Formats: sequence, structure tokens, C-alpha cells
Amino acid sequence: MKLEAKNVNFFYGDFHALKDINMKIESNTVTAFIGPSGCGKSTFLRLFNRMNDLIADTHLDGECMLGDTNIYDKSISVDELRKTVGMVFQKPNPFPKSIFENVAYGLRINGERSKSVIEDTVETSLRQAALWEEVKDKLKKSAYALSGGQQQRLCIARALAVNPSVILMDEPASALDPISTSKIEELIFELKNHYTVVIVTHNMQQAARVSDKTGFFMLGELIEYDDTKKIFLNPEKEQTQNYITGRFG
Amino acid sequence: MFRKKKNKFFEILIEWMLRLSGSATTIIILLISIFLFTEGWGLFKSSTVEKGYVLCINKENKIKNLTPEQIKEIFDGNITSWKEVGGDDIPIEPMRMDEVIGMFSEEEIGSDFEHLPERLSDVTAEHKGILGFFPEQFIDIKFKGKVLPAETISPKDYFGGKEWFPTATPAAQFGILPLLLGTLWVSLGAILLALPFGLAVAIYLAELANPTVRKILKPVIELLAGIPSVVYGFFGLIVIVPMIRNVFNLPVGETALAGSIVLAIMALPTIITVAEDSMRNTPLAMKESSLALGATHWQTIYHVIIPYASSGIMAAVVLGIGRAIGETMAVLMVTGNAAVIPHTFTEPVRTIPATIAAELGEASVGSVQYQALFMLGAILFILTLIISIWAEVIRKEPHAE
Ligand SMILES: Nc1ncnc2c1ncn2[C@@H]1O[C@H](COP(=O)(O)OP(=O)(O)O)[C@@H](O)[C@H]1O
Ligand SMILES: [Mg+2]
Repeated sequence: MKLEAKNVNFFYGDFHALKDINMKIESNTVTAFIGPSGCGKSTFLRLFNRMNDLIADTHLDGECMLGDTNIYDKSISVDELRKTVGMVFQKPNPFPKSIFENVAYGLRINGERSKSVIEDTVETSLRQAALWEEVKDKLKKSAYALSGGQQQRLCIARALAVNPSVILMDEPASALDPISTSKIEELIFELKNHYTVVIVTHNMQQAARVSDKTGFFMLGELIEYDDTKKIFLNPEKEQTQNYITGRFG
Repeated sequence: MFRKKKNKFFEILIEWMLRLSGSATTIIILLISIFLFTEGWGLFKSSTVEKGYVLCINKENKIKNLTPEQIKEIFDGNITSWKEVGGDDIPIEPMRMDEVIGMFSEEEIGSDFEHLPERLSDVTAEHKGILGFFPEQFIDIKFKGKVLPAETISPKDYFGGKEWFPTATPAAQFGILPLLLGTLWVSLGAILLALPFGLAVAIYLAELANPTVRKILKPVIELLAGIPSVVYGFFGLIVIVPMIRNVFNLPVGETALAGSIVLAIMALPTIITVAEDSMRNTPLAMKESSLALGATHWQTIYHVIIPYASSGIMAAVVLGIGRAIGETMAVLMVTGNAAVIPHTFTEPVRTIPATIAAELGEASVGSVQYQALFMLGAILFILTLIISIWAEVIRKEPHAE
């Protein structure tokens, strides 16, 4: 499903964290957000599953659209929204449960009782997250027995199990080693066949490798948003040029 | 350049002082427990019958010995035939010295009781069913009855005995079962009441209360833990005891339930504080990932926060039990203090700490009762020790399954 931000301004108390942002994200694409740390990438990403609602004393102006609905409309159920818009966090954060139960969690809270449905979904999700072969013999083991990279793929599987249409990823590979990172990148590439993927990254090669479109943020503003190729080869703005060539300061 | 500095001396001194105070604490605790046991241990060397007295029976009586409980039942008139204690079918005639003296004239006894041994001997020989309880000094070599061998109080009588009458004659009863069960019973009730309540408040404070409410409520609750227990006892006596009497339509309101309620109120601050702390320790990432999967706030509390905090919650409960088991004053004031084995929550009970507090003042130093009370102290010490270790073990349990 496609996402859209219309004239989005976001405040932490008095602090103006996002300034007048407009952006359209097409479905079944991978979109990357890049920019220096503290520029508002995470804040913007978390608007789309209303994770910022959890932070006290924040305020949003403007509209965030998922398809044709404004997700900040009063009639929207936040829980239902988050089932459609899944999220993977920077640090792998599996629950202190077994591998199987981590993936089954979303189904169980949805009231799914059927054992076979749960088992099938867990397997499918783990396969999609390219983890099945590694864990199929130890599903009952604690998720903490897995390596960091495996844990992150487990978190991806966990998000996929609730059958979302959008997946938000906030620096999903920044805590991982290069091999795990490339596995996650391959996975992101696969996922866009079925999902709309938005990924925050501080790694520009990563953005260049996996994304179709890239948005460059600075100090709460969306400086430039275009095809990834264009952003990296021929950006319009000087700030973008400086940032991607590392001449940022 | 790399020479040691002089003022290191103070660091070393302080380090040693700290070490010393650490070991001093350990030694003191050790000494207390040793003290409790040595003072109490004499109990198992004491005679079942009051000091200076003996029990006598007729020569033809085949009875070899009597337990403290049987002796008491006989003198209370609850056992009336020797058959009930393993002898012949003859009625028992319990007799104290006073009764014997009453049977004779002053001359027959002698002004200095000089003929009393003879009289006691005669009476014992004449009455087939007699169980005489006589001072040892008036039993001489020519005594024509049998003196029952002096038995010491056995651990079985102490731990398994169902009656606690420490001042009963001729045989005091030191069965701690009613006290032990009373303690556990009141504590169990307290935990059953305090756990759901404490958990609810902890969840409210950790997850639902807005920060201002929390900021006010938390210190208030912590303050409650510091109120002297006698105040809680007062509150229990004036509010809870009459309430229980009215609600359950009882003759007296001083019951196990009253004790449990007061203890529950007293244990609540500990349970709330510890449980709330452990819930707040649930990593934000864990909560966020649950919410991001579409779980509601309640589902997150139920499926993530409580399981994550479960070891802390268990520790809170155990600490609460610890407080309940050792609590003295408040319980003494509201439970009615009847040393009977509890069957319901609406009857009076008596706990170990309450017994010690109520009786230690009257027991003369070194007496059997005194020793029995110290033994109770030692048992209480072990109970609380077990509970503390248990709480410690639970707290250290890893979170991952
Ligand atoms: N919970 C918060 N409360 C107040 N300010 C915040 C909070 N989270 C982020 N900010 C501020 O908002 C700005 C954007 O943060 P963030 O979106 O995390 O940046 P990025 O992900 O691009 O590094 C930063 O200046 C940060 O200090
Ligand atoms: Mg960020």
C-alpha cells in the first residue's frame, strides 16, 4: 500500500523535529531515509505506525496517509494500524520466549487458536526471513540463543507473521556484522515483491544497494527525495551532494 | 614517578574498616542463631513432668510410660480408663498430693509431713487405678508403688504435638503444630489477599498512572512500609476486627482473617514497590516491539511486561511472606491468640512470633517454657532464612526461558 505525508510538522514539546514534510511512497518499493544523526529520520518513520504516540507531550500537524486513509484520524484503531504497518527496530529485540513463540506472538494476540495455522504461519514467516533452515530444529530454544543477525531476522519474521502490507525498518543492520548485514539486505530486496518497505539507514552504500527511492533529511527537513540512482549520481541540491560524498560538516 | 603515595594509608584503613564491619555483621547473625539454638536445645533434655515431681502408679499396673499429652488428658478427665493408654480396663484415679493429704488427719500426716511418704505409699498400694502426681522428695525407698520413669521431651512431642499449654501441670504441653500452622495459615491468607491487590497497584503505577499521580503515590506507598506495626495493629483492632465480627456474624472478630488482612496491608507496600520496580525495568524495546505488532496496551502488559517482571514479582511475594511470617505486634493484637490448629479463617489462631512476645515475659529464665520459646525463635529464624534465600534465588533467575 502506498504511503503519503502531507505538510507534516512534528514537535517534541517545543522542539520542532520535522518541518513541513511532503512525501509519496509507492507500494512494493523500497524507500531509504538517509541523513545525519538527529535529523529526524526515525521520528518521521515512526509516524507511519504511530509509535510516536507513546511519547508524552508530542504534537503532529498535517496528515499521514496509508492508501486513502489518514492514519491519525480519530476513527483509526492504532492496534489495527500497527498490524498493517509492521516495524523492525535498530537493535534486535526478541521477546524472552522461544524462537517459535516469538514469531507466533502476533498471531496469538490476534486470537488465532488453530495450532496448524500458527505452525504454518511461523514456518512461512521464518522462510521469508531466510531463517527457517537455520532454526527449524531448535524452534523451542530461547530466541536469545541466536546470534545478533539471526535475532534480527527473527524480528523480521515476527513482523511478517501478522501479515502487514508495509514494513518500517529503523537502521535494521546497524548493530550487525557485515555478513549478517548483507543477508538482511538480500532479504529487503526480496521483501519488496510483497511489501512496501521503508528503511532508515546511516549507511549510504546500503541505501544505494537496496532502495528504489531515497529521501535525504537534514535538521528536520526533507532536503531531497528522488530515485536512488539520481540522488547518488546526480543530486539536485548541494547539501545532498556534500552528504553523499562525505563532505558534510 | 611510580612511587606509592603516602595517603594510601587512609584508603587501606577504610578498606579494612569496611571489611571488618562486613564480617562483624556476619558474625553477629551467626551468634544470634547459635544463641537461639543453645538456649533452646535444653528443652529436649528436660523432663516431660514438672521439675521435682514424679508420676506414680499401682504395682500391678502394666503401664511403662505416658506421653505428655496422655498425662494432660488424664488429669483433665478426658481419659478415664487405663485401657485407653494401653493398660487394663480399670478407671484411672488421678491424684495430686493435696488430695492425699485431705484424706488423712493432721496426726496421720505429721506436723512436719514426716509420715507423708508412708501415706503416699499406702494410697498408691490401695488404689489399683491410681495415677499419683507427687513431689519427688516424699517418695522414699519403702514406696510400695511404681514410679514412672522420667522421660525427656522428644522432638516428636515438640514438632508433632497438637497442644501448646506451656504452664499446664503435671505435664506442660509444648506441641508447636498449632503455632506453626497458625503462622503459615495467617501468612497464606495475607499473601492471597495482598498478591492480586499489590499486583494491580503495581501495574497501575508502572503502566497506567500518569507521571504526576505516580510521583505522589509511589513515595506515599513507600512511606507506609515504615509505619510501626503496632499502628497497623491498632487499625486492625478498631476497624477490621469489628467489621469481621459483623460481616461473618461471629462472637469475636479476632480471627485468622483479621490477622491476614492486617498483614496483607502491611505487606502491600513491599509487594507494590518491588513488583513495580521490576515491571518498570522491562526494556522499552520489548514493550515497543509488542505494541508495534499490534498488541494492545493490555496484551503487552499481560504477555510481555508481567512475564518479563515475573521473577521480580515472585521475589516481591516472597519478601511479603517473609514480612508476614515474622510480624509480631499487629498479629498479636488481632488474631485472638488461641493456640489451636486452624481449619477456617474465621477462628482465632496464634502465631509463633505472637507466642514468643506474649509468653517470654512470664517464663522464668532457664525454665522449660523459656527453652521452648527460644526453640520457637530458632524455628522462626530458619523459616525466614529459607524465605530470604528463596527470594534471592528467584531474583537471580535469568529472564530467558
Ligand atoms: N523522545 C524524544 N523527546 C525529545 N526529543 C527527541 C525525542 N526523540 C528524538 N528527539 C529529538 O528529535 C530529533 C530527531 O531525532 P531522531 O528522529 O531520532 O533522529 P535520527 O533518527 O535521524 O537520528 C533529535 O534532535 C532528537 O534529539
Ligand atoms: Mg534514528
